[in-house]
Amino acid sequence: MAPDHRHRVTIRDNGGSFTCGADDRVLIAMEKGGKADIPVGCRGGGCGVCRVRVLEGAFETGPMSKRHVGPAEKAQGLALACRLYPRGDLVLALDVSPHCLYPVEETAGS
Amino acid sequence: MSMTGVLRPGFAQVRVLDLDEALVHYRDRMGLELVEVAGDGRAYLRAYDEFDRHSIVLREADEPGLDVMGFKVASEEVLEFYAGKLRAAGLMVSTIPAGEQPGLGRRVRFVTPTGHAIDLFASMERAENGPMIDNPDLWRTEPRGMRVIRFDHCLLYGDDIDATAAVFRDVLGFSLTEQVVTPDGEETIAIFLTCSTKAHDLALVRYPGKGKLHHVSFLLESWTDIGHAADLMTRYNISVDIGPTRHGITRGQTIYFFDPSGNRNEVFCGGYQFYPDHPVRTWTADEAGKAIFYYERALNDRFMTVVT
Repeated sequence: MAPDHRHRVTIRDNGGSFTCGADDRVLIAMEKGGKADIPVGCRGGGCGVCRVRVLEGAFETGPMSKRHVGPAEKAQGLALACRLYPRGDLVLALDVSPHCLYPVEETAGS
Repeated sequence: MSMTGVLRPGFAQVRVLDLDEALVHYRDRMGLELVEVAGDGRAYLRAYDEFDRHSIVLREADEPGLDVMGFKVASEEVLEFYAGKLRAAGLMVSTIPAGEQPGLGRRVRFVTPTGHAIDLFASMERAENGPMIDNPDLWRTEPRGMRVIRFDHCLLYGDDIDATAAVFRDVLGFSLTEQVVTPDGEETIAIFLTCSTKAHDLALVRYPGKGKLHHVSFLLESWTDIGHAADLMTRYNISVDIGPTRHGITRGQTIYFFDPSGNRNEVFCGGYQFYPDHPVRTWTADEAGKAIFYYERALNDRFMTVVT
């Protein structure tokens, strides 16, 4: 069970799971925990590599490039994990922005 | 080549998602001076060793990236000469009136085949507290943060980099210093161009899209300052891409990192001097790892694909 004020984040694609404080950004909490369940790009809401779809749970987001998360996409629960703050336990699906090239080559599922 | 045409990169106007966050990064962490936040909200900054009024312009927008990169030319006559040459080469050329950026003269704008807006200008006001010139000390007050000396160059990503390079070489008189090609030599992957004796004033990498920014680069004095910059990046949780390391290409010592909006920055030092009689250095793509990251000898996906 997660400590107080930490929320459980689960990645449906690969079963990845880690905790994230309410004031922490999901991608940064993942990296701090030594995990690599979500691809890491610029960490600033600019590149779209860490885009996810929030399947379950409450959240808030900071500023994100509208190229990668436009208003309609935001309404559908898409977010950049580097600008994603949990407000409860989250279940996420990877959804790399179609406007970025990452990854270069097809890689086996992690 | 005595420099009588295009002198150097003069400014970059960069879009940021949050101006306050960006100012902490560029002013407090990198050490640029904030010249002013103008009435339209754009922030103008300058490195301590730059004579001109500003070199970095930050504009708050809902998508990060590069609005325009400006090159300074030797005179208004040269500016007019290049405007004519650009038109004759079939490029769409427009004029941005003096004062659109405070302190900046008339600009000639063209859009490269890779979709990047490039401005040429001849006149910019001198900085009020620019570098000393009479019995000059190193600086008026000791540099702050990463102690960046100047805005140095940009690396731009786009599709037809050969056509963009041709504009810079054939119309604006730049030289090709270094390139990365496919092993069969058929396709150019990366192009490094200079208008000076620097190893690069502009770099281009092939990418299936238009108008992308890979990084805005700033000069530091030494490898020691690269280490100091790395210390600051850890202290202040700045998003690091890779480094400290060295490039095979240009031989510069470097760190890549990101501003708070995801625009990649570089601080670097060193690199060779180029003269126009030097031959072009060529890397083949199978050695691209060493070409880009000389110590790691491997590329990462992030370097090749993460752009704004």
